[in-house]
Amino acid sequence: MGQVREVDAAEITRAVRELCMEINYKVPEDMAAAIRRAREKEESPIGRQILDLLIRNQELAAQGEYPYCQDTGYTVVFIDVGQDVHIVGADLTDAINEGVRSGYRDAYLRASIVADPVFERRNTGDNTPAFIHTRIVPGDQIRIQVDAKGGGSENKGRHAMLKPSDGLEGVKSFVLRTVAEAGPDACPPGIIGVGIGGNFEYAAILAKRALMRKVGQPHPDPRVAELEAELFEKCNALGIGPQSLGGTQTVLAVHVETMATHIASLPVAVNIECHAHRTGTRVI
Amino acid sequence: MSVELLPDGRKRIRAPLSDEDVRQLQAGDVVLVSGVVYAARDAAHKRMIELLDAGEPLPFDPAGQIVYYVGPTPEKPGHVIGSAGPTTASRMDRYTPRLLELGVKGMIGKGGRGPTVREALKRHTAVYMAALGGGGALAALQIRAQRVIAFEDLGPEAVRELEVEDLPVWVVNDCEGRDFYEQAVAPWRKEELLPEEFRLGAPR
Ligand code: SF4
Repeated sequence: MGQVREVDAAEITRAVRELCMEINYKVPEDMAAAIRRAREKEESPIGRQILDLLIRNQELAAQGEYPYCQDTGYTVVFIDVGQDVHIVGADLTDAINEGVRSGYRDAYLRASIVADPVFERRNTGDNTPAFIHTRIVPGDQIRIQVDAKGGGSENKGRHAMLKPSDGLEGVKSFVLRTVAEAGPDACPPGIIGVGIGGNFEYAAILAKRALMRKVGQPHPDPRVAELEAELFEKCNALGIGPQSLGGTQTVLAVHVETMATHIASLPVAVNIECHAHRTGTRVI
Repeated sequence: MSVELLPDGRKRIRAPLSDEDVRQLQAGDVVLVSGVVYAARDAAHKRMIELLDAGEPLPFDPAGQIVYYVGPTPEKPGHVIGSAGPTTASRMDRYTPRLLELGVKGMIGKGGRGPTVREALKRHTAVYMAALGGGGALAALQIRAQRVIAFEDLGPEAVRELEVEDLPVWVVNDCEGRDFYEQAVAPWRKEELLPEEFRLGAPR
């Protein structure tokens, strides 16, 4: 066993705070590049106009006065904690939420979270709680990735427990149907995150994790990469285009993650990310 | 007359709109919205309908007005408003016919509307328009003033009176039942690349 490294929870708070404040104004470079590539490839004149507007919106937001989108999202936090780390000074969940609270307040970001889903739906006023996925991993570092996930695109995600006999064709058809039905509501062009396998909840988490990859980076398994390429072509064949006003650039990338599953099951989840892809990472 | 035809083919509108005005707006038109619009989204719609059910008036006189589905970010010091792009319109479908009955003539959001709203647009001569979804920073530049007029406790979902200048939108659903999304997407579908089940019609 390695030496135990102490990390002050305040460092985690600071990292989360800074990420929240940055990502809502500055789209990551891989996303900006993907939008520029789409602008080059788009065949429809109105689609090109829209992509030009999105680039202007990006540039304006990067000046730091107006967030890229008014929906500054669910704050999703992926945190990988090295097993040789000892966090001191505060509870980890509280430390993350404190980062969200102060980052959203000080960067003038919108509070978009209600405390309960169906009773009073009272806004918590500070965008907490964050939606946290924690993993314990080897090592003595902490890796934090924050994603500001828009509600409009999140709403268009779908989950299905397919039958093993539905096979790959069933998966493809489910992904395409999800993208087709999302249409304009998910603010295309975006990224399609697909989780195949696992069980009921793992499929959804895989789909969300798939969105966290660098935009357009293919999966290391060539079979999965081939599926991504095929889905990419087919999603774009739907003709939805930027803002669903017609065009060849409906999705910027399709990312697929897979894992083991049960002999009876073929879980699939599709998580859609809009063009407001706001994510960033810090390592402590 | 609240619809002005500009030399480049775009149309500038300003509420209050009459039936006559609405009939000049067709699916696919690019429209610049100026003047007053009322910001209201999910929670505000729910409360407005509760007011109506209780026999109370709406926070604004709806006759001829435009409702913008938006929940802005808080304004930074020195700015009128924060980021202020549209939110998904179909979530308001359940409430919309009631507002159209009371004379609302236009709505701005993003995404499609269901069949009930499309029918109600025809019946009440009203129009649904889409602003640039996710273009919140750009939209902020077109807003000249904001004032919270009801439900302040809802924070970003409070009802606001906004004064806008040339906010660009597309007419999606006009009062004759046309749908711009359907018209716009069809020519770009590559049927030959799609599986069988996707070839007939455009599932959306
Ligand atoms: S779907 Fe994304 S881009 Fe569209 S309004 Fe929501 S957060 Fe913004």
